[in-house]
Amino acid sequence: MKYICKIDGKQKIDVRNFNFYYGNKIALKDLNFCVKENTILALIGPSGSGKTTLARCFNRMHDLYANNRYEGEIFIDDTNILDPKIDLIELRDRVGMVFQKPTAFPMSIFENIAFGLKLKGIKNKTELKDRVEKALKDAALWDEVKDRLDKLATNLSGGQQQRLCIARAIAVDPEVLVFDESTASLDPISTSKIEDLMVELSKKLTIIAVTHNLQQAARVSEYTLFLMDGEVIEYDKTNIMFTNPKDKKTQDYIMGRFG
Amino acid sequence: MRKRKIKNYIGLSISTISAFIGLFFLFWIIVSLIEKGFHYINWSVFTQNAVSPGDEGGGLKFAIFGQLEVVGLASLLGIPTGILGGIYLSEYGKDSFLSNIIRNVSDAMTSIPSIIIGIFVYALVVVPMGGFSVIAGSIALALLMIPIVISSIDNILKLVPNELREAAYALGAPKYIVIFKVVAKEAIVGIVSVILLAISRILGETAPLLFTSFNSNFESYKLNKPIATLTVTMYDYAMGPYDSWHHLAWAAAIILTFSVLLFNIASRLFSYWRFSR
Repeated sequence: MKYICKIDGKQKIDVRNFNFYYGNKIALKDLNFCVKENTILALIGPSGSGKTTLARCFNRMHDLYANNRYEGEIFIDDTNILDPKIDLIELRDRVGMVFQKPTAFPMSIFENIAFGLKLKGIKNKTELKDRVEKALKDAALWDEVKDRLDKLATNLSGGQQQRLCIARAIAVDPEVLVFDESTASLDPISTSKIEDLMVELSKKLTIIAVTHNLQQAARVSEYTLFLMDGEVIEYDKTNIMFTNPKDKKTQDYIMGRFG
Repeated sequence: MRKRKIKNYIGLSISTISAFIGLFFLFWIIVSLIEKGFHYINWSVFTQNAVSPGDEGGGLKFAIFGQLEVVGLASLLGIPTGILGGIYLSEYGKDSFLSNIIRNVSDAMTSIPSIIIGIFVYALVVVPMGGFSVIAGSIALALLMIPIVISSIDNILKLVPNELREAAYALGAPKYIVIFKVVAKEAIVGIVSVILLAISRILGETAPLLFTSFNSNFESYKLNKPIATLTVTMYDYAMGPYDSWHHLAWAAAIILTFSVLLFNIASRLFSYWRFSR
């Protein structure tokens, strides 16, 4: 597969000759592409195409389980994040993640947001308070929770919990934020709130969003990458791919012929 | 259609009757215990020690505090060991060869008769130390607790959704923070229940204590000396010839039963309190 990089602007992530294996089974084959800085890249593709697998490579989530193997290089700025010597804790500071299901920790709303900040070594009470407030405001959740920051976060609604997770992720100032089907379990109103949030956040950080929802990809993303069976089929500006797909498989997928 | 209805009716009846049989005997025990023993509970039971055999009066103070000492020390030994063991199985060892061996051995140990543990500790601690002791009794009870706590903690931590661990790792948390700040917090209700149930499990043990802490008629809390416990004292007094001993045995039975009940209720209340917050 040839290298695809036709972005207009500064490049943030560069994926080169990248393969990924679950044990002996290859899941991602020879990926070569780059991602523009401060924009939203949508990863689309049928179930089992490797979208989530790819998304979880950017913060090396696969390292948590035995027998997973990376090959090739993924650069974020100038660092090869697949380098075995890389500090995973530092990497996960730079690359945040929002999961499919809301994952509020069993502690207060404040403590949830402060969790990552405390890990970074921020102990000053006023600084913590200010940064928690800023993160909640940036995640459009502040007005709903400002009077009950000390209440258990797990009692919030699903949509609120998901925005809490976004707030928690952006509190530590990541450069890249990965959304792994983060609106799949939410109602349409919560979904649209989170989509607005993604667009707003993409002014300051690079977002990679896995989605099953093609309308969502069309609504929020600037670029779209279409994966199938672990291979990149097509990568282009979203408006071009959705109006004028070049590959037959992309056409079929977008028209809803499979998936 | 009619046949299926009849089958359903029979199944429902049998299970309802079985439930009632179980409950019936439980209530019978508790009611007759209260009926026959409750009027022997008075202040002096808790404040006085044993008197000379055959004399009226006397109390169980020495046995109550002896019990607290043995069970307390056993809990200090057994609970942390069990919890850390369970954490190892669920969070570190997972499905490795070693952890599967530990898991199976620990499961098997939960069903070893407690008297065997008593004999084992007798050979291991009592004989080398040259006599019965609080330490031996506590070790025996701790050995009873550890496998129960290990297995329960292992199972409880497995119920914590993996997404929660991943979310914590994704924020750059090191493993010990993920375990102690997130996983343990999520499972705290279960962990506290396990602790309370493990204590109530050893509270009523007699057999292993007969071989280890034995008994004593005096108020003594020295770690290297034998000690009285409610269970062994109750056994001795109930078998003894004097009415005053029988009365105290009833009192001991009531104190034991209600302590166990209390621990069970406390573990329930804790989970209600936790979830209603």
